[in-house]
Amino acid sequence: MLLHVEHLKVTFHDRSSLFDAVEDFSLQMEEGEVVGIVGESGSGKSMTAHALMGLIPRAKADISGKALFRGADLLAMSRAQLRQVQGRELSIIFQEPMTSLNPTMRIGRQVEDALRVHTKLGAGERRARALEAMALAGLSDPEKLYRCYPHQLSGGMRQRVMIAAALVLRPRLLIADEPTTALDVTIQAQILDTLKDINRTEGTAILFISHDLGVVKALCQRVVVMRHGLIVEEGPADQVFYHPREGYTRQLIAARPTRKKLRGGGEDG
Amino acid sequence: MTKTILKRLGLLVVTLLLVTFLAFVAFSILPGDPTNSILGLNATQEQVDALRAQLGLDLPLWQRYLNWLGGLFTGNLGISYNYDMPVGQLLAGRVGVTAALAGLSFVLIVVISIPLGILCARYEGGVLDRALTVLNQITMSIPNFLLGFLLTFLFSLVLRWFTVGSFSAATAQGFWDWLSYLFFPALAIALPKSAMTVKMLRGSILGEMREDYIRTAYSKGNSKGAVLWRFALRNAMIPVITFLAMTIADVVAGSIVVEQVFAVQGIGQMLVTSIGNRDYPVVQAIVAFIALIVVVCNFAADGLYRVMDPRLRQR
Repeated sequence: MLLHVEHLKVTFHDRSSLFDAVEDFSLQMEEGEVVGIVGESGSGKSMTAHALMGLIPRAKADISGKALFRGADLLAMSRAQLRQVQGRELSIIFQEPMTSLNPTMRIGRQVEDALRVHTKLGAGERRARALEAMALAGLSDPEKLYRCYPHQLSGGMRQRVMIAAALVLRPRLLIADEPTTALDVTIQAQILDTLKDINRTEGTAILFISHDLGVVKALCQRVVVMRHGLIVEEGPADQVFYHPREGYTRQLIAARPTRKKLRGGGEDG
Repeated sequence: MTKTILKRLGLLVVTLLLVTFLAFVAFSILPGDPTNSILGLNATQEQVDALRAQLGLDLPLWQRYLNWLGGLFTGNLGISYNYDMPVGQLLAGRVGVTAALAGLSFVLIVVISIPLGILCARYEGGVLDRALTVLNQITMSIPNFLLGFLLTFLFSLVLRWFTVGSFSAATAQGFWDWLSYLFFPALAIALPKSAMTVKMLRGSILGEMREDYIRTAYSKGNSKGAVLWRFALRNAMIPVITFLAMTIADVVAGSIVVEQVFAVQGIGQMLVTSIGNRDYPVVQAIVAFIALIVVVCNFAADGLYRVMDPRLRQR
């Protein structure tokens, strides 16, 4: 078992109110598996990802439940223990490739960052590993990009840089938090292909988060549908897509733009 | 890139011309005449007219300005009416004093505020942060000359660490005595500015710490300290550098007042005296000098800005 989440609950608290971003979330994932979480914005899917990744400041929210990652509970770890896992065995890529990279740091250094944190490798070795990861993430001419700054790259390339940086230590699990939402459709398809290849060649398990059930179906074996911080439906991707049990899942599928709707215009378009 | 530099250099020259010309205009509008302070109030009209002709004050404004400008290029800043010696010679000793005072003030601002700003941001809401917020409010609201009096009172009269008014004696004793005397006026100039810089740097770092790329850095296993130093600080420094460059103008202006309080014989003190005496050549030279410093510092800050922010480099 790679990941075993039980009754994850995330409650944000400010001075006056409490807010359950995630009410009850459970999930089991095997090594090398690709699982999708689908839901509309505000359904708690991103919060689930950030909670697992340890990116929600503990002062801001109460996080309860269990999240066993290769046997160790991510939610019970000290910050120092968690840092040992972050970027090494567990990595994340985000929705906003435009702002997720440091504007004043060269691409190479950002891809190498996890190596700098977790290893004692020298500069030459780090560079070699970074270039390798960039090639794996589908970036052509990594040598040249290594010296570039983020603003010199397109959105798709930046997301590939994020992927390379996340994979540089070959983590067991990659959390992809809406990685293609900000990109146009062609680029989106190419990035999905790259993630598929990485899963196949490196055996990296992927937890793929999206509001688009169609995208999830193209990539994932299993799907979890979330709404209002709760799991609504769960099952093999094809089954959930073609034979949804819940009305909410059917709405999500119906909300997708299809070619027919786009061509026909009308009230659906 | 070269084009940008040339453009900025052109702007630098235009600014200097404009500032010095405005100074000319300002003194021709002001009531009072240098002949009064030279000849006294009992001089006859013939004597006054003769002196005005001798000093070139009977010429029209634009011609006087062009003459002065011509002198500037040949290194001739004119003769002081009051001291009866070349302005260049008169200011030579004093420029160094003011430059040292301003330089020392600026170094103090950087040395005090950068570490404190980082500490406040690192331990946001902690004891140090809260204490400094209060202290900042106080220091920011005290004008530098009043702070000068307070520092003089504390360090000179109570603690007796230095003797106020002994600047020329300290100068004679050698470099370190000279510098340690200047330390206190420099502190009076630096403290209010440091307070602002701390506040600004703290805010800038905390702003950066909310950015998406910081979340990325955390996701790689970086500690908070590493995130702040290696990721946030460089980005946070960009606006602070602009602020510091603008501060230099204030520091030079501040030294004019503070030199009076601490009896330091720099160009600030000379400027105040010369305005009172309508000693135009001296005033004109000092104004030009201060303008030059300010404009050059802004120019340098712009260059530093480009080094810090790769997004600006290509333009």
